[in-house]
Amino acid sequence: MMNNIVLLPMLLPILVGVVLIFLRAYGRVQAWFSIGVMAVSAGIAFYLLEQVQTNGILRLDFGGWEPPFGILFVADSFSLLLVLTTAIVATIILLYAMFSAGKFLQTTYFYPTILFLIAGVNGSFLTGDLFNLFVCFEVMLLSSYVLLTLGGNKRQLREAIKYVVINIVSSWFFLVALAYLYGAVGTLNMAHVSVRVAEAGQGPLLTTVSIIFLIVFSLKAGLLLYFWLPGSYSAPPAVTSALFGALLTKVGIYALFRVFSLIFYHQPEITHTIIGAMAALTLVGGSLGAIAFNDIRKIAAYNVVIAVGFILVGLAVSTPNAVEGAIYYLIHDMVIKALLFLLVGTIISLTGTAMLDKMSGLMKNYPLLGWSFFITMLSLAGVPPLSGFIGKVLVSEGAVESGSYGLLTLALLSSLFVLYSLLRIFKNSFWGETIVSKEDQVPLKKTLLIPCLLLVLLTVGLGLGTELISGYVTDAAETLLNPDIYIDAVMGGGES
Amino acid sequence: MKINDVILKTVSKAAVLIIFTFGIYLFLSGHNEPGGGFIGGLVLASAFVLLFLSHDSETISDAIPLDFKKISALGVLIAFASSTVPMFFGQPFMSQSFGYFDLPIFGKTELATVTVFEAGVALTVIGVVVNIIFSISEDE
Repeated sequence: MMNNIVLLPMLLPILVGVVLIFLRAYGRVQAWFSIGVMAVSAGIAFYLLEQVQTNGILRLDFGGWEPPFGILFVADSFSLLLVLTTAIVATIILLYAMFSAGKFLQTTYFYPTILFLIAGVNGSFLTGDLFNLFVCFEVMLLSSYVLLTLGGNKRQLREAIKYVVINIVSSWFFLVALAYLYGAVGTLNMAHVSVRVAEAGQGPLLTTVSIIFLIVFSLKAGLLLYFWLPGSYSAPPAVTSALFGALLTKVGIYALFRVFSLIFYHQPEITHTIIGAMAALTLVGGSLGAIAFNDIRKIAAYNVVIAVGFILVGLAVSTPNAVEGAIYYLIHDMVIKALLFLLVGTIISLTGTAMLDKMSGLMKNYPLLGWSFFITMLSLAGVPPLSGFIGKVLVSEGAVESGSYGLLTLALLSSLFVLYSLLRIFKNSFWGETIVSKEDQVPLKKTLLIPCLLLVLLTVGLGLGTELISGYVTDAAETLLNPDIYIDAVMGGGES
Repeated sequence: MKINDVILKTVSKAAVLIIFTFGIYLFLSGHNEPGGGFIGGLVLASAFVLLFLSHDSETISDAIPLDFKKISALGVLIAFASSTVPMFFGQPFMSQSFGYFDLPIFGKTELATVTVFEAGVALTVIGVVVNIIFSISEDE
C-alpha cells in the first residue's frame, strides 16, 4: 500500500510541470519550482533505495490490477540508483539553467518541458511493463524534440529534423518488436515475458525479436547506431546538451541492460556477442570522432559515444564484476557528462566560439574553470581518486575473467583517446598565450561556476565514497544477474 | 474576392451542434461502452476544427476566448490529480470506484470516478488538436 511512493519520481515532475505551464511568464518562479521538485525527487529516490535494501524490490500496481493484467512500476536498486542520479544531476543542471538561460527560453515552456523529459526518463527506469516503457520513451522523446528546437536557430532546426525522423523510425521499430513479442508470448509485463520466454525456450524466433529490440535500444542509446548523436547533441544550448548527454542515452542503455538480463538472457552466444561487437565498433568510432574534430561541442558529443560503448562492454561480458562496473560507470557518466557539457557551454559563452584553434590561454583569466575542466578530464579518463576509476577497473576485471581480451584492449585504448581528446581542449583553450587581455575579458558569472563546482564535488565524492554506494550497486548487479529475484517480486503476489 | 460560403457556414452551424452532442454522448458512455475521453475529445475537437474551417480563425477565437494551450495543461492536471486522490485513501494510484445514486431526473444512475479522469483526457485531446490546427493555420 505504501508503495504509491514508487510513482512519485514520475508523478511529481509531471504535476509540477503542468502547473508551471500556467506560470509561463514567471521564469524565476518556474526555475525554483523545478529545482525544488527535483531535489524532493532525489530525497524520495534515496528513501526508496533504502527501503529496497531492507524490504526487497517494491512495486506499484496501477489501479490495483495485479500483474500480469495491469501495468505496474517496479523499483529495484538498479532503477533507483539511476533515478537518484537523474534527480541530483537534473537539480544541478536546472540551477545552471536558471543562471544561464535567457528571458526567451525561460518563458517558452522551457522548464515544464525539462520536467516532462525527466518524468519520461524516470518512468522508463521504473516501469515494469514493456508497452509502458514505450510510452515513457515517447514522453521523453517528445520533450526532447521540443528542447532541441527551442530557440530555433538554423543549425538546431536542421539537426532536429534528423533527430525527429530517426527517433520516429526507431519508435516504429519498437512498436513492431512489441507486436512480435506479444504475438509470441502473449504478455508485455517484463517479468511475465521473462517467465514465458524461459518456459518456451529462447528459440530462433524469439532471438530474432530480441535483436529487433537490440536495434531499437541501440538507436536510442547510441550503440553503434550513433550517427545522429554528435550533431543533435552539439546543436542546442549548453543546458539542453547537458541534459541530453547526461540522461537520454542512459535510458537506452538501461533498457538494454534490463531486456538482455531479465528477458533474453538464454542465448548469450548470439545476443551478447552481437552487443560485444557493437560495443567494440562504438568504441573505435567514438574514439576516432573524439580526436577528429575542432569543434569542442562535437568532441564532447563523441565522448558520450565512447562511454556508451564502454558501458555496453560490461553487458556483453556479463560477469558479476563487469555488471557492477557498468553500473558504477553509468552513474559516473551521468554526472561527468553533465559536467563536461556545462563546462563546454561555459567556455563557448566566454570565448564566443566553439573552435579549438580560436581560443587560447583561458587558464589565466578563469583559473577555477580551468581546474574544473582538468578534474573532469582526469575523471573521464579514469584516474584513481575520481569516480570513473572504479567502473573502469571492474569492467576490465570482468573482461579478463571472461577472456574477452579484444574488448578489454579496445576499452582501455578508448580511455587513452578520451584523455587525448580532452587534453587537446585543455592544451589549446586553457594553456598557451592569453589572447584576451584582463581588461577585455568577458566576466565569468560566479553563479555559472557553482553548478559546475557542485558536479566536480560529486565526481570527487563518488570516487572517494565508493564504499558508501557499493552496497546498493552490489544489490543492483545481483538483481540483474538473477532474474528470479525480479520475477518473484513481481509475480509472487502476496504482500501488495 | 470574397468566396460565397453561405451554405458551408449554415450547414456547419447545424453540424457543429450535432457533433458536440455526439461527442458528449461518446464521452459519457465511455467507461462501459465504446467511447471515452480520448474519442469523445477527438470528436469535440473536430467540431472546433470545423468551426475554424468554415469561418475564419479570428472570428472564432473572438467568440471562444480560450487559450487552448492552457486547456490541454488543465486536462493533464485534472487527469493526474484525480488519479492521485486514491493515494490519500490508501489505495494504489489510479484506483477507480463507482456507485449508484438516485438523481432527480435521471433516476438510478451510475456515477464513476473514472469520469473525472476521462474529462481530463478529453480536455487534453481538445486542447492539443485545436492547438495543432491553430498553429498550422497561423503559419505563413
